[in-house]
Amino acid sequence: MSGYLLAFLALAALSMAYIGNSRAKATHKAAVGKVHSRPIYHGLNVAIWTAVPAFVLLLVWLVFQSTIVNQLVLAGIPGSENFDPSASSILMSEVRQVASGNLFKEPSPEVKAAAAHYQSLQGIAAYLMAAAVAVAAAIGAFFGLKVIGSRYRARHSVELSVTLFMMFSSLLAILITLGIVFSLVFEAFHFFTKVPFTEFLFGLRWEPQIAMRADQVAGQGAFGVIPVLYGTFLISAIAMIVAVPTGILSAIFLTEYSHPKFRAVVKPLLEILAGVPTVVYGFFAVLTVAPAIRDLGFALGFEASPNSALAAGAVMGVMIIPFISSLSDDAFAAVPRAMREGSYALGATKGETIRKVLLPAALPGIVGGVLLALSRAVGETMIVVMAAGLIAKLTLNPLDAVTTVTVQIVTLLIGDAEFDNPKTLAAFALGLVLFIVTLILNLIALHTVRKYREKY
Amino acid sequence: MNMMSEAAVEKALDKSMSDAGLKMIGKDVSVYYGEKRALFDVNLNVRKNTVTALIGPSGCGKSTFLRTLNRMNDTIDGCRVTGKITLDNADIYDPSVDVVELRARVGMVFQKPNPFPKSIYENIAYGPRIHGLAKTKSDMDRIVESSLQRAGLWNEAKDRLQEPGTGLSGGQQQRLCIARAVAVSPEVILMDEPCSALDPIATAKVEELIHELRTNFTIVIVTHSMQQAARVSQRTAMFHLGNLVEENDTDKMFTNPDDQRTQDYIMGRFG
Repeated sequence: MSGYLLAFLALAALSMAYIGNSRAKATHKAAVGKVHSRPIYHGLNVAIWTAVPAFVLLLVWLVFQSTIVNQLVLAGIPGSENFDPSASSILMSEVRQVASGNLFKEPSPEVKAAAAHYQSLQGIAAYLMAAAVAVAAAIGAFFGLKVIGSRYRARHSVELSVTLFMMFSSLLAILITLGIVFSLVFEAFHFFTKVPFTEFLFGLRWEPQIAMRADQVAGQGAFGVIPVLYGTFLISAIAMIVAVPTGILSAIFLTEYSHPKFRAVVKPLLEILAGVPTVVYGFFAVLTVAPAIRDLGFALGFEASPNSALAAGAVMGVMIIPFISSLSDDAFAAVPRAMREGSYALGATKGETIRKVLLPAALPGIVGGVLLALSRAVGETMIVVMAAGLIAKLTLNPLDAVTTVTVQIVTLLIGDAEFDNPKTLAAFALGLVLFIVTLILNLIALHTVRKYREKY
Repeated sequence: MNMMSEAAVEKALDKSMSDAGLKMIGKDVSVYYGEKRALFDVNLNVRKNTVTALIGPSGCGKSTFLRTLNRMNDTIDGCRVTGKITLDNADIYDPSVDVVELRARVGMVFQKPNPFPKSIYENIAYGPRIHGLAKTKSDMDRIVESSLQRAGLWNEAKDRLQEPGTGLSGGQQQRLCIARAVAVSPEVILMDEPCSALDPIATAKVEELIHELRTNFTIVIVTHSMQQAARVSQRTAMFHLGNLVEENDTDKMFTNPDDQRTQDYIMGRFG
């Protein structure tokens, strides 16, 4: 129903734009003196007046319709005023199921009557909505056409509407982010009412597998975030050890040494690395790299776990190479040619020029790239879910298995979930921690990149 | 009976030229950018302790010629130089020549001031440091001070040596670049329109500086300003469409040039 209404609105706007345009042309021809706006602006203005208020009305209607209909149906069921909220919501979902014809068992006569009531109310609401939207569009079109005249500032009005629309779009993005943060904070707060904040933040044991039902046998549970966070940082550190030198050196080679044709081929190839799905990296890590590391460990006499931090970290490092190399590449390319020439003209070699002039000048850009890659590594999920371990362990040995924040969130939310149990809620607290860490990294990266912009 | 071989004759000739104070000799110099030829068999000599000005309309090849003198064209892809250029009678395009050493002997100042994003001190110390010219910190301090003094920047910069060189005014930056070039004690300094980005007062200062530097260095300067060529140089070379039109004493060039095209250009009839 609302789909047809949207199509109707679009059609109405289009035809009103055409009508407005031709009417403005006619008015302008007869006008004395200077005309303010070109006819097309009058046309657009009418279209906006026709479509936008009606569209807003449609949205508001859709938001409130189901609540109002539910209230009315519920009021019609005898004895419903004594139900508690969860019971009435269960009842209402049953009514809706029956109304849409999904019968699991023969419904009770009250539910049957309510379903019929529900259906008739829905039908009335749909007609009312169509009528209201059509009236709103007609009123808008009427006023839009009425104001057409040689001195009416249709251009200003259209430009204002466009500006407002852009503002609305940017606000929407911010609001959605805020919504995500609030849902995280809210559930995390729930968690902290069950597990003390200090225990979560400073605890050295992470054993979240506690019982969810009375008949389950499970451990006591401990929610110390330190070992999990430590695992994230260990794997990220291994990834950075792999990616930072490789990325920066390849950027130096590509900008300063390689032939332009070579660069034109290699740079896009390198950037393909960023486009490989992380799940592919994941099975590369778990099926190829981890066994290779284990065999090498055996050959050298080390004990290597099948889910070593080294395997996950190294593969993650390969994944983030393109972030570092691409951003460093841009940073080097942004150093003016005059800097290089100035250095060469003083008799500096290529190596001296790179080390003493280009690297310091490009450093902020490189740091920005490295931090961006780091926040990517910290938040990376698929590779570690597949290749890192599940047991939180405080160890410096890269051949041992560690777990990460993202892995724990995934395992906590898979399977039985109950939202008044610390085991499930812990996922939100972990998510909040991860969010704060990456936020800080991103802020630092933004700050350095901005500083870098002021350089030249 | 004169039995000297041709090579010996040439050698003797070269010697007599260098005795006459020729620092650099360009013989049949041609430059190609890919397929495009930018210079056509230019024969131009640079005299010792003299300011040689290269003039001519835009795109005539004067900057290209200047950049062949310290092989800065090597950094441009697809650029090829033919002919022979010597510095103190040694071919600078000989395969045995180290470009880095050559550029330490033939310094360069660019059109736009291009100080490094480092402190004033570090800008000057950069060259001496990579060439190992200073053994101790006090040696380096001395080099920095004398270079800044020679560039006439010491009084303005001595209290702010640790501040970034990019914070100086345009004219000061250009003198910093000259000081930077002077700091490695080159024999020749090439200047590519060093004043084109400067206001008249800063220009006057740089010109005065060029005048003083002449006693210790050989200078080649590319300029678009006839007045500047007349003010600072002793010898002037006029380029047009990649050819050397005329090379003469500056006084003669601006009063009674041999070539009609030079006359036209100086009078402002083209270019």
